[in-house]
Amino acid sequence: MKELVNVSASPHDRSGKTTKSIMRDVVIALLPASAFGVFQFGFKALLVLVTSVVSAVVAEFLWNHFMKKPKLPYECSAVVTGLLLGLNFPVSIPLWIPVVGSAFAIIVVKQMYGGLGRNFMNPALGARCFLVICFAGRMTDFAVEKGNVFVNGFAGVDGLSRATPLGIIKDLPVTEAVGSSVSLSDMFFGFTGGVIGETSAIAILIGGIYLVVRKVISLRIPLAYLISCGAFMMIFSGRGFDCEYLAAQLIGGGLMLGAWFMATDYVTSPITPWGQIIYGILLGVLTGLIRICSSGAEGVSFTIIFCNLLVPLIEKMTMPKAFGLEKKPKKKKEA
Amino acid sequence: MGKDTFRGGIHPYEGKKLTEDKEAIPFIPKGDLVFPMSQHIGAPAKPVVAPGDHVLMGQTIAEAGGFVSSPIACSVSGYVKEIKPVLTVSGSMVNAIIIENDGLYEAVEGLGEDRDPSALSRQEIRDIIRDAGIVGMGGAGFPTFIKLSPKNDAAIDTIIVNGSECEPYLTSDYRVMLQEGERLVGGLKIILSLFDNARGVIAIEDNKPKAIEHMKKLVSGEDRISVKKVRTKYPEGAERQLISVVTGRKINSSMLPADAGCIVDNVDTVVAVYMAVAKRTPLMRRVVTVSGDAIADPRNFIVKTGTNYNELIEAAGGFTSTPVKMISGGTMMGLSLFDTNIPVTKTSSALLAFKEDPMEKVPTQPCIRCGRCVSACPQHLVPQMLMDAAERFDNDAFIAVSGMECVECGCCAYVCPSGRPLTQAIKETRRSILDDRKKKAAAAAAAGK
Repeated sequence: MKELVNVSASPHDRSGKTTKSIMRDVVIALLPASAFGVFQFGFKALLVLVTSVVSAVVAEFLWNHFMKKPKLPYECSAVVTGLLLGLNFPVSIPLWIPVVGSAFAIIVVKQMYGGLGRNFMNPALGARCFLVICFAGRMTDFAVEKGNVFVNGFAGVDGLSRATPLGIIKDLPVTEAVGSSVSLSDMFFGFTGGVIGETSAIAILIGGIYLVVRKVISLRIPLAYLISCGAFMMIFSGRGFDCEYLAAQLIGGGLMLGAWFMATDYVTSPITPWGQIIYGILLGVLTGLIRICSSGAEGVSFTIIFCNLLVPLIEKMTMPKAFGLEKKPKKKKEA
Repeated sequence: MGKDTFRGGIHPYEGKKLTEDKEAIPFIPKGDLVFPMSQHIGAPAKPVVAPGDHVLMGQTIAEAGGFVSSPIACSVSGYVKEIKPVLTVSGSMVNAIIIENDGLYEAVEGLGEDRDPSALSRQEIRDIIRDAGIVGMGGAGFPTFIKLSPKNDAAIDTIIVNGSECEPYLTSDYRVMLQEGERLVGGLKIILSLFDNARGVIAIEDNKPKAIEHMKKLVSGEDRISVKKVRTKYPEGAERQLISVVTGRKINSSMLPADAGCIVDNVDTVVAVYMAVAKRTPLMRRVVTVSGDAIADPRNFIVKTGTNYNELIEAAGGFTSTPVKMISGGTMMGLSLFDTNIPVTKTSSALLAFKEDPMEKVPTQPCIRCGRCVSACPQHLVPQMLMDAAERFDNDAFIAVSGMECVECGCCAYVCPSGRPLTQAIKETRRSILDDRKKKAAAAAAAGK
């Protein structure tokens, strides 16, 4: 044997899954929601999405370039961040806001805290909350011009210029609200007002199921989140077991997008199995609390970034017990 | 019972198709035979022959170097050429006896003759097993007679024969079960005769239906022996996981299988027990799988210990192309080789050669905390946190997150999408902690005196 062979410590095999393939799966899972957003809100929505994705990728490239970061294979995580942020804009947004938002997400929330894997807060949601605070009016302006396919979309429905369904049912009994403008099926399929990516529950669900089937995410966080939020609303909203109201709460607003795509972000959610369930329940309770008690109708974004901050604590509390150490606490025998 | 697997684990590419239907055939060595003095856990054996001595097949050429140690028997007849350090599987140089094979296979008196195990006392059986140099042949190489001498014989209620063979590519245990099933049952009966309260369980993964069927047939008349089908998953054959699957009891790093009333032995080891006790033959052969996509004709061999790996590669048709990676053992826990001029020892289960190395394809990237390592860990640890502590050289934090419970199975590094060397980093830290403990214990002992 004269040739050189590779020598390394075991194991000598890999599953073949890479960070890039995972990120690609997330982008694929977001496509139904994105496509529906474009279908509903028109080319302007596409423009918003593309702008946020491109500016996120450019921001990351510039940071890596000027900070002289070592070159690693591109793993597409900035694409995911940009796309998630883009889906959180109303279609009426001026295009410079997505640029500012993506740059903030990548540079301030992600890179300044150490880059991929080190950020303590979901970059897309961090940026969204920053924008909501800075440009509250523009971020919640759900108006759409009429009679122009470029901005009005292909769906051809009225009522898009109204407040979001959650805003409507916040003060009205749901039957009246349904009677007035929104129906549950409209909410489920997405023919309502809102930001680009949140309107269609079914499109988001398809993406979420794709992620579960591809084993990118587990059901722990989304299910714990949705079930606990539903339970909390049922007990404390004062409307009791009102199916239509509960369904409207669950499929309305940013909850679906948040539960399937934002709360499940690897970096900013607990790594321990029980931690993920507790995290999900905490999210559900806080979202319910904000939706019932606060002046606004929405609470998902702030809930998730708040719970992001609790992740280290949750992990510490839910460290799994090692095999064979389940019953008794570990005795330290070291001399 | 009811359970057929444990929580965690992975399904690596099996690669067993290459060799599973290839009958293990005896291999006659041509060159010198090399017997390293460390083929087991514990103190190295001490040579009892000198250069120039004539030795016979089956003769003890090295005696145990301590209580936890094992003698070594010569597998051929011939002359002792020299005693010098040679390269072994682990990459280190180990003192070894080199025997020039005279090709006559003259045996020591009585070798291979029948002996009735029922006429032997328990102590006699244990002594025979010790003197035959039998160690765990699954890879660890722990002296078998120590395993079979627990503090309280009556507390042992389960003897598990580990036929799960969960390591990819390996089919040597499978071939032993198919070809030497009778000896396996005989060996298990001998072990059961040491423990009145024990039942014997032969655990086999469900990807080996032929072996399960064959063994079931062989044990049909035995009321103390059963065959248990376990789910195909790596590391199903890990001692702690297998005990929990068979008995539902769990042990941790500070316990021995005997604490759970169990003794776990590899298939080939149990056959060696039979050969030693009933056939007066010490441990001097084993079944080795030679496989991988760089091997022209992958197959199984019944090999005399001391045979050079190069001879086995040649017998398997040589390399189809230059291998990029060569492994002694399976792909998950085997040791990679930089040279094949090394001898087969009691614990060499396989020699694999591959055209590609999956490890160099994925560069190491930052952890994205996806949690795949947590779901894969059969020890229910959080490998991500272990590696974090390992990278900071923080041994206390490493111990606090139960790092010493790791069994180094490799599942975490296998599943990591960021290509992080989790197992490797954890292994290194475990070694350094164990070394520290040894040093501290030695210092404490010195201070005490």
